[in-house]
Amino acid sequence: MTEVDLISHIERDYILNLAKKGEREDGRGFDEYRKLLLQPGIIKKAEGSCLANLGETKVLAGIKVDKGTPFPDTPDQAVMTTNAELIPLASPFFESGPPKEDSIELARVVDRGIREAPALDMPSLVIKEGELVRVVFIDLHILDSDGNLFDASNRAAVTALRTTKIPVLDEEGNPTEDLMPLPMLKTPVSCTFAKIGENILVDPSQNEEKVLDARLTVTTEDNGYICAMQKGGDSQFTVDEIMDCVKKSIKIGKEIRKTISDLIKKEGL
Amino acid sequence: MELIKDGIRIDGRKKDELRDIKIEVGVLKRADGSAYVEWGMNKVYAAVYGPRELFPRFLRRSDKAVLQCKYNMASFSVDERKRPGPDRRSVEISKVTGGALEPVVLTENFPESVINVNIEVVQAEAGTRCAGITAASVALADAGIPMKDLVPACAAGKVSGEIILDLCKEEDNFGESDLPIAMIPRTGGISLLQMDGLMTGEELEEALNLAKKGCEIIYEKQKEALRKRYKGDDHD
Repeated sequence: MTEVDLISHIERDYILNLAKKGEREDGRGFDEYRKLLLQPGIIKKAEGSCLANLGETKVLAGIKVDKGTPFPDTPDQAVMTTNAELIPLASPFFESGPPKEDSIELARVVDRGIREAPALDMPSLVIKEGELVRVVFIDLHILDSDGNLFDASNRAAVTALRTTKIPVLDEEGNPTEDLMPLPMLKTPVSCTFAKIGENILVDPSQNEEKVLDARLTVTTEDNGYICAMQKGGDSQFTVDEIMDCVKKSIKIGKEIRKTISDLIKKEGL
Repeated sequence: MELIKDGIRIDGRKKDELRDIKIEVGVLKRADGSAYVEWGMNKVYAAVYGPRELFPRFLRRSDKAVLQCKYNMASFSVDERKRPGPDRRSVEISKVTGGALEPVVLTENFPESVINVNIEVVQAEAGTRCAGITAASVALADAGIPMKDLVPACAAGKVSGEIILDLCKEEDNFGESDLPIAMIPRTGGISLLQMDGLMTGEELEEALNLAKKGCEIIYEKQKEALRKRYKGDDHD
C-alpha cells in the first residue's frame, strides 16, 4: 500500500499552536503521562504476558522460554530476543509481512533497555556452558497504535518478564513440575519525549508523533543509571534539553517501577 | 484417554454444550470497527478498516469492493512458540474466512475499494477460525459496513463415536473428526465448511445440524454484544 500516515495542515497547526501556549490536545501538561493500565498474566499459553494500555495505545507482550545453544561469543550467557509486530489490526497504515524499519527500531530500543540494565541475570540461565542455555523470547504485539509505542511496549515487556514463571530443570536439564520466576535483577523503564518547536513534551500522542521535530527515548534502571537512549526524528536536541529529559526520566522511572512492583505484590504474582 | 464418560466430556461439558463465549464490540480505537471474542481459552481480536482505496491498483475490481481477510496468530498464542508471520495454515484460514464473510457483505456498494478484515489470535486453543469469523462479522457491523446478516461460526465433530458441539483441544487432537462451519442465519446457508477425519453420511448430517444450533446461540450473543455497544442510540 502506498498510503502514508498523514496529518492535515489544520491539525498540524492546531497542535503546534497549542504547544506554543503550553497546552496539549488532550488537556495534559507537558510532563504528564496518559493513564497506564497493566494486566499481567492474561495469556495462559505464554510463560509470561502483560497487556499494557497507555491511554488508548494497547501493547500485548508475551514471553516464551525455550532451550537452545548460546551464541559462540557468549557461551556463558542465556539468549534473549525481542520482536515487535506492527500488525495491520493496530492502525490503518500497518501492513503484514516482514518487519520494517519502524518495528525493528521499536524492538531494538525495547530490547536495549532490558539487555543493558541488565534486567535479566543472563549467566544464571545457562544450563550447560557453551552447549545449552535458556532462550527468552519477548514478543510485542501492537494491538492499537495511538502514540508512544516505545513506552507502552517497555511497560508490557518488563511487567511480563517480572511475572514469568518457568519450569525448574532437574540435573539432566529436563523440566520438572516446579516453577520458578525469571531471575530479574532490575526493572528498566523508558521515557519518550517529543520535541515540538521549542517545547518538549512527554508521552506523545498519535497526532503529536506526526508533527514532532525530534524524539528522544531514555531508559533508566533501578539505581538511577541510564541504560539506553535513542533519538529519532529529523531535528536536534541541545545538551540542556537532553539533560532535562534525563532528569525527568529518572523521576518518572521511579514512579513507574513502583507502580509495577505494587501491582505484582497486590496480585501476588 | 477417555474423552466422554457417561455423556460428560473431558472438560465437564454436555455433548451439545458450547464453551463460555464473551463478545465485546468496539475495543480498538484506531480501527473503523473492531471486536474481541473470548471463547473458552481462545482470545481473538478482529479489526476492520475501510472501505478505502486499494493498492496496488491492478487488484481493484470495477464491480465490487475486495474483501481482504488476514488471519494471524501471535507467536505466544500456543504452547510451542510459533514463528511470527503467515504460514500455510494461516494463509488458508484467511482465504476461507473471506469466503465465509463475502456472501453477507454488500461489496457491490463500494467498487474499486478494499475492506480489510484483520483477525489476530492472541491465545489459541481449538476453534480459532470460528472465533475469528464470529469476531470479524461483528467488527464489520461495528464499522458500519452494509451487510445482509451477521455470520456466526462454530464447529461440531465426532469424538469417541459421538457427535459433539464445539471441540476443545483434547477432543480436536484425539477425536475422530472436526467440522467447522459458518452460517448465515437469515437463510440458513453455510458459508464456511471444512472437515477432517472420518464420519458417515448420517453422522455428518447430525454434526451439521448440531453445529447450526451452536451458530444460532452464537448469533444471539453477537446481536446482544452489538446492542450493548449501541444502546441508547436512536437507531437502537
